[in-house]
Amino acid sequence: MSRRRINPSLVIGGALVLLVVGLALLSYVWTPYQPMRVLSVEAYQTPNAEHWLGTDRLRRDVFTQIVVGARTTLLVGVIAVGVAALVGVPLGILAAMGPGWVGTLLMRGTDILLAFPALLLAIMFAALYGGSTRVAMVAIGIATVPSFARITRSGTLGVLRTDYVTAARAAGRGRPAIAVRHVLPNVTGLVIVQASVSFAIAILAEAALAYLGLGTPAGQASWGRMLYEAQSTLASATHLALIPGGAIAAAVLGFNLLGDGLRDWLDPRLEGR
Amino acid sequence: MALRLLHRLAVLLASLAVSSVAVFAFMRVLPGDPARVALGVNASEESVARMRAEFGLDRPLVEQYLDWVAGLLTLDPGVEFISRAAIGPQIADRLQVTAWLVAAAMVLAVAAAVPFGIWMAVRHRHVDGVLASALSQVGVAVPAFLAAILLIAVFSVQLGWLPSGGWVPPVQDPVEFLRRLVMPAVSLALVQGAVLSRYVRSAVLDVLREDYLRTARAKGLRPMPALVRHGLRNAAVPVVTVMGLQLATLLVGAVVVERVFVVPGIGSLLLDSVAQRELLTVQAVVMVLVVAVLVINFVVDALYLLIDPRLRTGAR
Repeated sequence: MSRRRINPSLVIGGALVLLVVGLALLSYVWTPYQPMRVLSVEAYQTPNAEHWLGTDRLRRDVFTQIVVGARTTLLVGVIAVGVAALVGVPLGILAAMGPGWVGTLLMRGTDILLAFPALLLAIMFAALYGGSTRVAMVAIGIATVPSFARITRSGTLGVLRTDYVTAARAAGRGRPAIAVRHVLPNVTGLVIVQASVSFAIAILAEAALAYLGLGTPAGQASWGRMLYEAQSTLASATHLALIPGGAIAAAVLGFNLLGDGLRDWLDPRLEGR
Repeated sequence: MALRLLHRLAVLLASLAVSSVAVFAFMRVLPGDPARVALGVNASEESVARMRAEFGLDRPLVEQYLDWVAGLLTLDPGVEFISRAAIGPQIADRLQVTAWLVAAAMVLAVAAAVPFGIWMAVRHRHVDGVLASALSQVGVAVPAFLAAILLIAVFSVQLGWLPSGGWVPPVQDPVEFLRRLVMPAVSLALVQGAVLSRYVRSAVLDVLREDYLRTARAKGLRPMPALVRHGLRNAAVPVVTVMGLQLATLLVGAVVVERVFVVPGIGSLLLDSVAQRELLTVQAVVMVLVVAVLVINFVVDALYLLIDPRLRTGAR
């Protein structure tokens, strides 16, 4: 424990994530202008005192959209990653602790699911039901289950080899009790790290889906959607692409670094890998 | 080793069977009545019934499934619901375009990531190594379609050097082909290259700590020759796995990049089919992509056995 130390990844990643979370929370209590409101001002303004990040083609305030977009991004991420962890972690423990054939079956199942990335799943859903924020959440959630199941399984196998589990077994504890008392607390670190990395992937997927018109629909704030709308005016208003693009990259970088930093912090032996 | 390969092959075939059932169930069973979904809620009952009869949607599901699989195996998945265009030739045409794009991106990504990753690992205690590592982290965070839009902003809009989209087949005009290939390929390669370089870095770092490398140095080999002769083959094992997974990611990532650059590849076909409710085409393209991913994973597993002799004995 004494070797745990704060590393740069943890600090920078944590700061970026806090910034995005802060913006999203802020959007619930205050936004500079009403979200998505068409204002009676000039379109295509560059950043200025009145409109901090300028205005877009439809004369909407860009900073307001970024703030509300942070909310969309985090909401999709929290629900998708949360559901994936709730499903994937028990499956991973079951794969490691259950009968051999259950483990084999579950792992083969995750192998097959890995052939269906979030984007492909979302396209399949959108073909039947049309695109929406919910479709994005469900697709990203399902596609994220395998990574949680796998990391939990390998973590559980490690815990099962330890002496304290052998001792618990000798003391007559059953498998469910061992799973809850010993395995779960010891794989929590791995799961948190995976959640951070998955969150980054979810943000990328949400932005891509919104860009393609399969996720958050027009008229709702979304960073991917903003990029799509900016593409037609790249020549005259490049900042309209740079701002949401920068927001996406910063959020993804934040969660990736936070994941790396947490991993090193929780397990100092891995540092620098 | 032959036995292991056979085992992997059996797993591949089982995975293909399961995923085909999954795709079929999702696209054909979940919507209830595919004819109704294809024609929309306003279509008359007669036209829906006619389509059901024409495409055999009123037959037992098992029969429909077997029919569909037989169509895929004979490379003739039939015609579209609405336009009645043959699906097979469309997929074949579009797949060629996407194959060029993915192959070019993979070559670029590997060519950049391997030396970059080795450099990051060897110099990991120096300022340049740390900066390179930070740069690769930023690269990982930039989605391909953002890279694509930025490339268009710089090279098409500002400088006017390259066309912002479209496609020309290589046989028609090789120069124009390359001019249109370069930006989509680079934007796909940037992200994948950044991810790959992180894996190369960590694999090489692992190898640098190994005893056999210290022995090689003790024998008098300079650091780089020691790494090249003894280390890289070992570092290659995890890296090849990641490359295989990335090929699969590239295939799907191409969907978005094709949309940005208006490239008529398999991804554009998929998105257009979604927009036009051509469910049979969506179903066929999804299956083609899934088959590609599963086959790539199988090939990677097989390569694994070839690269790492330790895995061949079966004794793990």
